[in-house]
Amino acid sequence: MTTVESIVDRSVTQKLETMLLIRTFEEKSAELKAAGHSPSMCTSVGQEASAVGVISALDERDLILTNHRSAGHLLARGADPNRVMAEIHGKATGYCGGKSGSLHISVKEIGVILTSTIVGGELSLATGVGLSLQMLEMQGIATVFFGDGAATEGIFHESVNLAAVWDLPVLYVCENNQWQAYVHRKETMRIDHISEWGARYGIRTATVDGNDVEAVAAAARDAVAYIRETGKPFLLETYTYRLRGHMEPDDQAYVDKEELSRWRSKDPITALERKLVTDGVLTATELAAMKETVRKKVEAAAQFAITSPYPTLDQLTAGVYA
Amino acid sequence: MTTNMITPDQAMVDGLAEEMRRDPRVITFGEGTATKHYELVEEFGRKRVRNTPLAEGIIAGTAAGAAATGLRPVVDLLFAPFLTFAMEELVNSAGKLRFISGGQFSFPMVAIARTGAGWAVGGQHNHNIESWFVHSPGIKVVMPSTAADFKGLMKSAIRDENPVMFFADIGLLHTPGEVPEGDNVVPIGKAALRREGSDVSLISYGKTVGKCLEAANLLLAEGISAEVIDLRSLKPLDEAGVLSSVLKTGRAVVVHEASGICGVGAEVAAIIAEKAFSQLKAPVVRITGPDAPPAASYPLEQAFVPQPDRIAAAARRICA
Repeated sequence: MTTVESIVDRSVTQKLETMLLIRTFEEKSAELKAAGHSPSMCTSVGQEASAVGVISALDERDLILTNHRSAGHLLARGADPNRVMAEIHGKATGYCGGKSGSLHISVKEIGVILTSTIVGGELSLATGVGLSLQMLEMQGIATVFFGDGAATEGIFHESVNLAAVWDLPVLYVCENNQWQAYVHRKETMRIDHISEWGARYGIRTATVDGNDVEAVAAAARDAVAYIRETGKPFLLETYTYRLRGHMEPDDQAYVDKEELSRWRSKDPITALERKLVTDGVLTATELAAMKETVRKKVEAAAQFAITSPYPTLDQLTAGVYA
Repeated sequence: MTTNMITPDQAMVDGLAEEMRRDPRVITFGEGTATKHYELVEEFGRKRVRNTPLAEGIIAGTAAGAAATGLRPVVDLLFAPFLTFAMEELVNSAGKLRFISGGQFSFPMVAIARTGAGWAVGGQHNHNIESWFVHSPGIKVVMPSTAADFKGLMKSAIRDENPVMFFADIGLLHTPGEVPEGDNVVPIGKAALRREGSDVSLISYGKTVGKCLEAANLLLAEGISAEVIDLRSLKPLDEAGVLSSVLKTGRAVVVHEASGICGVGAEVAAIIAEKAFSQLKAPVVRITGPDAPPAASYPLEQAFVPQPDRIAAAARRICA
């Protein structure tokens, strides 16, 4: 079995490689959708630093709950790109045997569990995972990724409040990407930061530049240390931007061009590449080689997904009941 | 076997307490759970017996998340109409995520909800919505009619690896009934033959089982022998138990308090029509509550419930 420790290299170059893997993987997924190879999916392009930074602060005891925009969290935690891509394509070799598709992929063996595509669903389950970790003395932290859209739902407030009163070891990670499907955040809330709401429930919170992977990693390490020490929940808001549309394909005709271009100039990957090359951590040649490695990995995943078999029809009703 | 006279309300708690003794993973929480059951708090402590906010969504979601990661929660959601706040967590998460995840997770949890006429509480506390969950994949549904079954089905529900909806009929909760002592587990999916008869099968669950038994007495005086089947478990439904009775009598009256449209009775009638049609001596009849919210006013509340005279009249008609 793959272990989390064997995969999560916490060096900054490894972070960049993982971010590149996520970006390349998701752009390939969108391309395959456009070519008619797979159903639609939701990408997290622009949010890679959030996924990689937070997950770099976790260890093998910790459990992760994610949502419909999950490829970044899965790949950052060390999921096999072949099997994630196969799942997106509804193939038998996918992590859920093709029954999930792109929207609710869970990979129990690496602790990515109970993925829900119902916006807010992951928040309702996270408290239960926190309760198990607490009562069964499993030492881990339940980390739940959700967006600003989920934060406008009642279940967000129910979840944070219960975690606060029961002192549950839950790390709430709000990836505030400014978009709630096809509606801009500013149309649905009067505040700018979800961390303000979290603080009202009596828990500790922080907001961090979600496009700066090292800043996210540092904030997540602090949050994780606090939860391990106190057993109490923490809300970390990663302030970022969804650079592609809600669901592929999406022409983003509804997006303010000026805003989009402003955030494109803050792309977390190009910023990090520039920094590492300028600082002499990576040469241009090494960066090119890294991109080539990632490209080959993603091409192999695409081939694996396309050539894998679909589930057999006996799977139609298999596993509904235990 | 020694039996004690216990109310169904207490029998449920006794079943829960026995399972908590048996398995340290069993925990219980809900709105006022720790306040109402201080005896459970005393025996098992505040960690395993908890009060919650008045928020059914997070109660049910927390149960589902905990069930998938090693605990076996029993949650009290109080009244069935409150389940509308928990549908997402029960139906989309607990019911579906086992299948969707390719079998990576199971959800061994029980959700209790009270419903039915009896307390004159009106349509936002009384609404028999058990069929909604029968229509939801991955979820089992039970609705007992006797004190012994309240306890025995609670024990089975807690031991089950699937989410189980436990509907408790308000009208039955405080009338004591015989409960056998000891580890008496009632299997989910098995109907009970409450009275043997040869002319007509009265098929029901919950409080209308008692109404069917009263109807059977009325019918006996007229020389009609009615059999009474208590489904107890609505999903899985004991198809063989239903069919063996109807194949014997050739007639069926299906009775429940929930409204008739797309109710459990429609499913029972369809099974009989599909699998016992050639043996039927008369059309299957349903006697159910109306398509209306139950009123609070006592006479209207009681009139919502199929009563023995209505059930007997239906049986008489098809036995004529």
